[in-house]
Amino acid sequence: MHRKYIDNDVGIVKTSKQFFKGTLKLDCGVTLENYEICYETYGNLNNSRDNAVLVCHALTGDQHAAGKYMETDKKAGWWDNMIGPGKPIDTNKFFVVCPNNLGGCGGSTGPLSINPETSRPYGPDFPIVTVRDWVESQESLARELGIEKWAIVMGGSLGGMQVLQWTIDYPNQVRHAIVIAAAPRLSTQNIAFNEIARQAIRSDPEFHGGHFYEKNVVPERGLKVARMIGHLTYLSDDILHTKFGRDLRKGKIDFGFDVEFEIESYLRHQGESFVGRFDANTYLLMTKTLDYFDPAASYGGDLTKALGKCNSHFLVVSFSSDWRFSPSRSKEIVRALLENDLDVNYCQIESELGHDSFLLPIPQYHRIIGAYAEQVNTSK
Amino acid sequence: MKIAELRAEHQLISEWITDGARVLDLGCGDGGFLAALNKEKSVTGYGIEIDPENIVKCIQKGVNVIQANLDEGLSEFEESSFDFVVMTQTIQALRSPHSVIKEILRIGKQGIVTFPNVGHWRCRLQFMLGKMPITRQLPDSWHETPNIHICSIKDFEELCNTLNITISERAILDAQHRPFKIIELMPNLFGEIAIYRTCLAT
Repeated sequence: MHRKYIDNDVGIVKTSKQFFKGTLKLDCGVTLENYEICYETYGNLNNSRDNAVLVCHALTGDQHAAGKYMETDKKAGWWDNMIGPGKPIDTNKFFVVCPNNLGGCGGSTGPLSINPETSRPYGPDFPIVTVRDWVESQESLARELGIEKWAIVMGGSLGGMQVLQWTIDYPNQVRHAIVIAAAPRLSTQNIAFNEIARQAIRSDPEFHGGHFYEKNVVPERGLKVARMIGHLTYLSDDILHTKFGRDLRKGKIDFGFDVEFEIESYLRHQGESFVGRFDANTYLLMTKTLDYFDPAASYGGDLTKALGKCNSHFLVVSFSSDWRFSPSRSKEIVRALLENDLDVNYCQIESELGHDSFLLPIPQYHRIIGAYAEQVNTSK
Repeated sequence: MKIAELRAEHQLISEWITDGARVLDLGCGDGGFLAALNKEKSVTGYGIEIDPENIVKCIQKGVNVIQANLDEGLSEFEESSFDFVVMTQTIQALRSPHSVIKEILRIGKQGIVTFPNVGHWRCRLQFMLGKMPITRQLPDSWHETPNIHICSIKDFEELCNTLNITISERAILDAQHRPFKIIELMPNLFGEIAIYRTCLAT
């Protein structure tokens, strides 16, 4: 019955946990002591340890990139179409590592963890982490796993930003960088969308300044609205029109505020299913991480200089209808890489699916990633 | 693929390209030319291509490829950042050939351009019969051809003159795609493919 699933997928997976006894000095000035990172791995690390791929997750992702925890799981990991035997990131060749980022809600140290100082969950007191902090913690994980150099570091959206940061901070530990649907920094409009999402959460009466865990409530309404806004910006106008148009649930207008248009129903559903799986404090924190990302800032705004020490081969991918992280933003990255004479490939994939394209099995997109990954040398 | 197995114009161009040069190939197709140059002449650089299938082929060959529309400009490349910028059989399909030629010589120290010569007697014959030419080099009928700016050897050289471009070297290939001495006498009549090495006049 599950034959197809077993043949083509990584199968049943489990999350591992790595405890770090040391300290991590965060960009915000706070020092994090004794932190944990949850991660999953797929495939096997070869003897030369040169086939490891780091997958960086995006805003609402986690360590569960591929496979299922149980046969009966309805959904596989968020990048299951990308990672697996015979898939673009072929687990017969590569050893894939996907960690949950600090501040996340997938089990790594974050707002849900106990603050040793108060013996209560951190909640809103969890320090705001940056992409650089994430890269530091991921590098510690690499050391624990005995990976001196990644064959590939890859990710989409906020994940792509981590890839870029890796190539800046550890230029000799990344052989190949795959930066998908990313930007060198957020646009003003992007920050604005994030702020609306944050305000939705923070103004929910159940938010309680972020200390809602101990009150046993969830700022559901705020989180729902935040997700509705976010999700909407990940889609294109064209695909919304194709999928929903102005279709009415009951076939006629009701002159009321219940769900009437199909799009309303869809957005509410997206919001509701998000509430069950994501933490409001993590959402606040990670949108801040996005807002702060700007590697060029410490180089007087010069991205070319920021990428000056990079030493990786790059594949940069964008999607035609992505207006949240549009192709022109990817081209900014490409231009800076070219100015540094680096090995770079750039593809703009035709897709009407908007920013979310990076998660979807678009044939040309998967061909490109597959062809690129196939070129990456690894020992047998 | 080896240089010796490439099509005639690419073989000829590779003789002009110095070892270890930095090359930008505009409309690089499946990347075969750059791959061969890299292997046999240690050439580095990038290909620019618009066709998705070709981009996959370039990546499969390990050729650096940037997906871009040449008509949208090449502003991402710095001045004189390449030893050679090559554009084969593409100029006639551009919306604005003269702008692209200027771009080629902005970013490249030398520019190598090839195109099908519409001055060839087969084309002239068809014009005389009152029809748009259909030849091996220009195989599509007028309404579906991507070649919207076909030109002759004379036209091209006039344009170079206007743009203050020096022609350093010229090769003309005949129907067999071999450079024959005889066509040197009447290149615009007997040449099927024209190949130019150019630079900005100083």
